[in-house]
Amino acid sequence: MITLSVNGRDHQVDADPATPLLYVLRDDLEMNAAKFGCGLGQCGSCMVLVDGAPVVSCVTPIVVLEGRAIRTVEGLGTVDDPGPVQRAFMEEQAAQCGYCIPGFMISAQALLERTPSPSDAEIRDALKPNLCRCGTHMRIMKAVRRAAGFMQTADAGATTSNGEDRR
Amino acid sequence: MRTTRILGGLLLLAVVGAGGFAALAWRSELDPIKPPERSAFPPERIAQGAKLASLGYCAQCHTAAGGKPFAGGYPLKTPFGTIYGTNITPDPETGIGTWSEEAFARSMGEGVDREGHHLYPGFPYDHFTRISADDNRALYAYLMTREPVRAEAPANELPWPLQFRPLLAGWKLLFLDQGAFKDDPARSAEWNRGAYLAEGVAHCGACHTPRNLLGARETDRKFAGGESEGWHAPALNEASTAPVPWDQDSLYAYLRKGVSEDHALAAGPMAPVIRNLSSVPDEDIRAMATYIADGMGERRPAPPAGAVPAGNGAATVYAGACATCHEPGGPLQFAAPVDLAKATSIAQPDPRNVIQAIMGGVMTPDAAAAPLMPGFAHILTDKQFAELTAYLRTRFSGQPAWTDIEGHVARIRSETGSAGGSSTRIAKGE
Repeated sequence: MITLSVNGRDHQVDADPATPLLYVLRDDLEMNAAKFGCGLGQCGSCMVLVDGAPVVSCVTPIVVLEGRAIRTVEGLGTVDDPGPVQRAFMEEQAAQCGYCIPGFMISAQALLERTPSPSDAEIRDALKPNLCRCGTHMRIMKAVRRAAGFMQTADAGATTSNGEDRR
Repeated sequence: MRTTRILGGLLLLAVVGAGGFAALAWRSELDPIKPPERSAFPPERIAQGAKLASLGYCAQCHTAAGGKPFAGGYPLKTPFGTIYGTNITPDPETGIGTWSEEAFARSMGEGVDREGHHLYPGFPYDHFTRISADDNRALYAYLMTREPVRAEAPANELPWPLQFRPLLAGWKLLFLDQGAFKDDPARSAEWNRGAYLAEGVAHCGACHTPRNLLGARETDRKFAGGESEGWHAPALNEASTAPVPWDQDSLYAYLRKGVSEDHALAAGPMAPVIRNLSSVPDEDIRAMATYIADGMGERRPAPPAGAVPAGNGAATVYAGACATCHEPGGPLQFAAPVDLAKATSIAQPDPRNVIQAIMGGVMTPDAAAAPLMPGFAHILTDKQFAELTAYLRTRFSGQPAWTDIEGHVARIRSETGSAGGSSTRIAKGE
């Protein structure tokens, strides 16, 4: 048994320790935000945060994740109370087919936690490991800029921590 | 009385010595010129210079990240300190706009700038001295017709007394073998062309030949393997431990496309070299491959790989993180570019390139697309990196175990800043 801490909750996982995290998230823990894209760590759609850094979960075996803090898109907010990155992606309609979007949100979250007011070049650099083939890149850029704004206002900060209705 | 005379004699010697050194170190200033017009250079000479500048990947060390081409500011990290590439655009104030053709040729051949200052051998004039007068004219024509950019390169970061440039005269006396390349009449024209390019403008030995304590190439160990910016530059001579010996065709494929399936994919400091070579004609690439292959000697069988002990934790990491791409028959039937059992990097005497690749990932040689292989800097702890590196060595190579893998991992982690937000926690393995 391996204990994984996902979105602040510990989960006992009975799986081969070589199993990539993505399969455990989707098949065992029923967290389906992270997507299987290429399975080779090349497209970024399976990204999650590990100790605050974006990692490709499709090639990250759970054996190295004991005691590490894993965060997925489910941990960024809820349907009723989306987090600032989620809200910004919705407001900018950044998704076309949407398959790559959780990975982009994870990259954006990691960037904004590290760099609250990123330049466009920094955003592009941070999103480089994520591929989108619908071509919504310009909207994704806008969404990340908008999310940066949300995260800097007391409003957005307060709602994500205490779940207060922001309407 | 006697003591006074001895002291006097010593003083005299010191004065004469210092005077002699000053005479040796002193180089004249060459007159500044008005920056020439583009029309001063025939187009075919500029085109020839462009090709040579690509062969020498001048832009790499003379361009800062995100900066204008050739405007300088690239930090070249050497064991002595950091040297910044200078501005070689024709800007008269901060570049080489006031340099005459003669001043340019002197800098290439003797490592002296227009004002007469000695240049640090981070600028590889020990190679460029082999370049022909015609080719220097072409390079000059090319550089003098680039966009002038006003940009002052940062000051070099060197410890005392290395900022004192006249010392370089002594270095040159010891190590600079000045003079243009001479053909070997016993060899083919292609071999000579390759030797001329590889020894001169392409300066392969700047990284692939080991250096002594004073930073000079050990010329009796030519191409025996050196280093560059935290990477090992593999041996290009009979010291190569590549499981599949390199030959002319594989060297050509590697230099042309950045990959030889039985050997390696260009990464680290070699990736920009390959990018620059993309505009160089086939025959020049072929010529360099011919010359280098000739020096790699006889084929030797690689020793068989050893057995990996059962219950190795790194085997689990390998199975979950690496096997999908690096083992045949994975779910996506995807073949990695290079079979690990054939990889030059895993068989070479130095573990750094393997650690660099796992930590930072591997880009395509043109660096345009997403990474070919993701980096595992945020995923593995230093201990896990070291164990995985040792596992790869044992499993895929019959060469002796690497030493000080942990030290290399820690150094690469700190040098590349490959740690991200949670660096300390990950680095400490918590």
